[in-house]
Amino acid sequence: MSSVPLSDSENHALEQRVGQYLKKPRRNLSLIRIRESFFFFLLIGCGLFSLLVTVSIVFVLFSETLEFFSADEVTLSNFIGSARWNPLLGETKSFGIWGLISGTLLVTGIAMSLALPLGLITAIYLSEYAPRKVRDVLKPILEILAGIPTVVYGFFALMTITPFLQWLHDGFSVYNAMSAGIAVGILCFPTVCSLAEDALRAVPQALRDGAFGLGGTKFDATIKVIVPAALSGIVSAFLLAIARAIGETMIVALAAGSRPQATIDPREQIQTMTGFMVQMSGGDVSNFGTEYYSMYAVAFTLFLITLTLTMIGNLVRRKFRESYE
Amino acid sequence: MSDSASNDTLTSQESPSPAERATLVGGRRRMSTDRWFQRLCIATAAASVMVLVFLLASILVEGIPALTSTLVLGTPEPNPDEAGMWPAITGTLWVCSLCALISLPLGIGTAVLLEEFKPRSKFALRAYQLIQLNISNLAGVPSVVYGILGLTAFVSMFSLFDQVREPGAAAYEIGATYYDQFSNLASDPFLSMGSEEVAERYFFVPVNARTDAPTIPKPGMQALEYVDNVLVPVEVTVTDPFDAPAEPEALSYAIDINAVPGRISEKNWYYFRLPFGRGVLAGALTLMLVILPVVIISAQEALRAVPSSLRDGALGIGATPWQVVWNVTLPASIPGIMTGSILAMSRAIGETAPILIIAGIVYIRNSPHHLMDSYTVMPLQIYNWTSRPQEEFHQIAAGGIILLLAILMTFNAVAVLIRHRMHKQQV
Amino acid sequence: MSIVSRDRKVQVMNNTGEPIPSESANAAPGQKPEVALHLDNLSAWYGDFQALHSITLDIPKNQVTAFIGPSGCGKSTLLRWFNRMNDTIFSARATGTLRMGDQDLLSSRTDVVDLRRRVGIVFQKPNPFPKSIFENVAFGPRLHMKLNRSELNDLVEWALRKASVWQEVKDRLHSPAVGLSGGQQQRLCIARAIAVGPEMLLMDEPCSALDPASTLAIENLMDELRSQYTIVIVTHNMQQAARSSDRTLFFFEGRLIEAGDTELIFTKPTQKQTEDYVRGRFG
Repeated sequence: MSSVPLSDSENHALEQRVGQYLKKPRRNLSLIRIRESFFFFLLIGCGLFSLLVTVSIVFVLFSETLEFFSADEVTLSNFIGSARWNPLLGETKSFGIWGLISGTLLVTGIAMSLALPLGLITAIYLSEYAPRKVRDVLKPILEILAGIPTVVYGFFALMTITPFLQWLHDGFSVYNAMSAGIAVGILCFPTVCSLAEDALRAVPQALRDGAFGLGGTKFDATIKVIVPAALSGIVSAFLLAIARAIGETMIVALAAGSRPQATIDPREQIQTMTGFMVQMSGGDVSNFGTEYYSMYAVAFTLFLITLTLTMIGNLVRRKFRESYE
Repeated sequence: MSDSASNDTLTSQESPSPAERATLVGGRRRMSTDRWFQRLCIATAAASVMVLVFLLASILVEGIPALTSTLVLGTPEPNPDEAGMWPAITGTLWVCSLCALISLPLGIGTAVLLEEFKPRSKFALRAYQLIQLNISNLAGVPSVVYGILGLTAFVSMFSLFDQVREPGAAAYEIGATYYDQFSNLASDPFLSMGSEEVAERYFFVPVNARTDAPTIPKPGMQALEYVDNVLVPVEVTVTDPFDAPAEPEALSYAIDINAVPGRISEKNWYYFRLPFGRGVLAGALTLMLVILPVVIISAQEALRAVPSSLRDGALGIGATPWQVVWNVTLPASIPGIMTGSILAMSRAIGETAPILIIAGIVYIRNSPHHLMDSYTVMPLQIYNWTSRPQEEFHQIAAGGIILLLAILMTFNAVAVLIRHRMHKQQV
Repeated sequence: MSIVSRDRKVQVMNNTGEPIPSESANAAPGQKPEVALHLDNLSAWYGDFQALHSITLDIPKNQVTAFIGPSGCGKSTLLRWFNRMNDTIFSARATGTLRMGDQDLLSSRTDVVDLRRRVGIVFQKPNPFPKSIFENVAFGPRLHMKLNRSELNDLVEWALRKASVWQEVKDRLHSPAVGLSGGQQQRLCIARAIAVGPEMLLMDEPCSALDPASTLAIENLMDELRSQYTIVIVTHNMQQAARSSDRTLFFFEGRLIEAGDTELIFTKPTQKQTEDYVRGRFG
């Protein structure tokens, strides 16, 4: 193996040549170091950019919201104490954010009562029951569902779900909360499903084996052992899905209508926070009026709500991961 | 009835103790719950497939008749039969390529920082944790909020250029030439009555700046005219309409001495302005904000998948951290990064809300020609058509959705293919 | 157990690390071997866990030194301080003296890039880069030197010959390195380390992932390389330490228990723990 079919003199020559290369001056270390710190600071710049984005979101929303509250026709007590949102009607102007929040809550409630149980059950099925072949079909389908743009769901809600609802029951108006809620539910379903499945799969196999070892059925093992063990992961999946539903824009802009009202009747048209923002930017409202700044106040409220949900969701998920890693 | 009968037989034949009986019955009930739950699971899974099928079917049924060459190559006309989405397609191409150009280096750079340049001090560790937490929170911010941010930060640039009060005007710009546009006397309804054979012509007089006073027509002034889409000098005469020449030939070169011109601009491909206004660049930057967290998180996952033994190997022969990244980790994680980036880009293509916020619903008939040009994108055009009351527009909206989904499916297929090949290589 | 006895200059120390006069009959009288690395009172931590307790020893030049001991005894940690590979671990720190010549290796001013060029390392699992065989070996030289194409070719050939893998790969230099067998990959990794002209080679259990034939090839290779390089090998395999090293150091729970001539360590250990370990009573 180590015998090299190379004459001694050739070998010697190679050895000598290489010996010389190795003695040659090396690359300038200080140059390398300069380049190193250049790239390092460039990357730090990239990293800081993401912080800058957050800071500017907060700054923009906060300062423009202050602008909104500094207007004479706006009071804080009206904003957080009223459910009447009438920013455009000259004489009866009222900026009660609950008029929009109630719409958002209605749509989110409908969506979540669909997406959370169904998503969780499908996740349990995928992680505990489904044969490999079924998984191989279902997972890509969920990925496709997750990849469809929201404007398509909006189209679906307006053109398919609403007529179907109207066929079921006469009371549904053309724009209604139910239709938008169902579409948002379909949209959130893959999110819930894949996040919850991740949580279930992270439960160690030993726990399952333990449950089966005690003579439990699959259902027992799932409901009494695995789901409780993955509970915080599932809760975080739910929170992230709720945040997603609250921030969903295009579906409600197309299907939910544009009349802000505090109602729990899903047949009525309503307006959500996001829907109002779309209405404002799409319309011919001047860029400097109170109603324009009200858009920032709504955005700020939306941002606070979703940020709180996302942060709690991420924290819970981190805790969950730590307990199994 | 039958339950009690079976209980009776059990009792008479083997007479098990009550405790035994309870476990047996309980066991049977548990088995059947298990079966029922499994059926429920399958029904739910089947329902999700059904929803997808139903969704695609309803769109296909409505949209396939609308899939014509007009839809692809036409412009968004008010008449649904002639309407198309070519400007939206090119707009999507512009905005999304620009967005990729900006967000991929930024996102991959952040991921490299977090994964490859591990903190060496307590302070750095805290900073890294903050950035990481911040990124996962940014991923949960609704895209419509990014739209609001883009509106303030890019479109109007925090109103830093406050001297601009007219909407759409720029404080600083390069690459634009301004002209005052005059028409010949043929367009004067009073004069052209008798001479219908005189065609309307337009003459352009260059001005130095957008804010210059309107040009006052003077005899012998320099004017230009479009001939085959190129501006060429032309001789014009300036006359009082009351003693205008009668012959059509002279009339066609004549400008009213009291005419007030319209100010138009000719913008080069490198036209640039501050603030950005509702242009392609502002749209791309806003979309960049939306997909940046997605790019970062997926690139981080791809980098984490590179075995640390490769890093050790390179460090062990004296590579600097950047040399390790550039020569070893990045090349090894390219397929994963590409998969993530493609999926992020398909998200950008389908994203509607932030674009709607910053661009508004505008009527765009031309493809963008420079970074500040107004634009529309495919999902926005679809939204526009869907929100109209006429059934015909809904059909072309469905056609547009099919086009959009086809593009997204292609992207996804490429991503899946790369992932598949990657798995093959690893095995 | 076959104990190899070779003609070697050795320096035996007692368990506190103080050099004691060599008992080896073969040692040239009055001639001390040159010292490659000098450690004095070196302690190392991972966070709050102290992995090494006041290690004092000298690594002699151009010899093979083997670190043995049960898992978790700190031998790999110590090895990875020799070229500061531990810098990649956030919580790792060390105190005491670690010198190479007159260079303080633990100083924050030490250029780890140059240090790692001078002190090459081979890991437990072969880790060729997902590039061609040629590019694997040329990787280091490209980073450190300015060479033209033919010089680079020479260097790659030389390093592969040194690592006794040239004959097997010379016809497929440009095919992927991951296609080689485990033993070939490990020798390629040695060639990769040699190609930057190090003075010292650290081997962290280089054969634990290899079959016996490949292990033998690596051991033969170490035997050939010892004349030019100072080699430190960490191993679990006592036969390997006995076969291929000049000196053996036994570690236990972060402490250096015994150091000395390989032959003596395996035949006449002075410490009870060493004896138990080399007799296979624990570990």
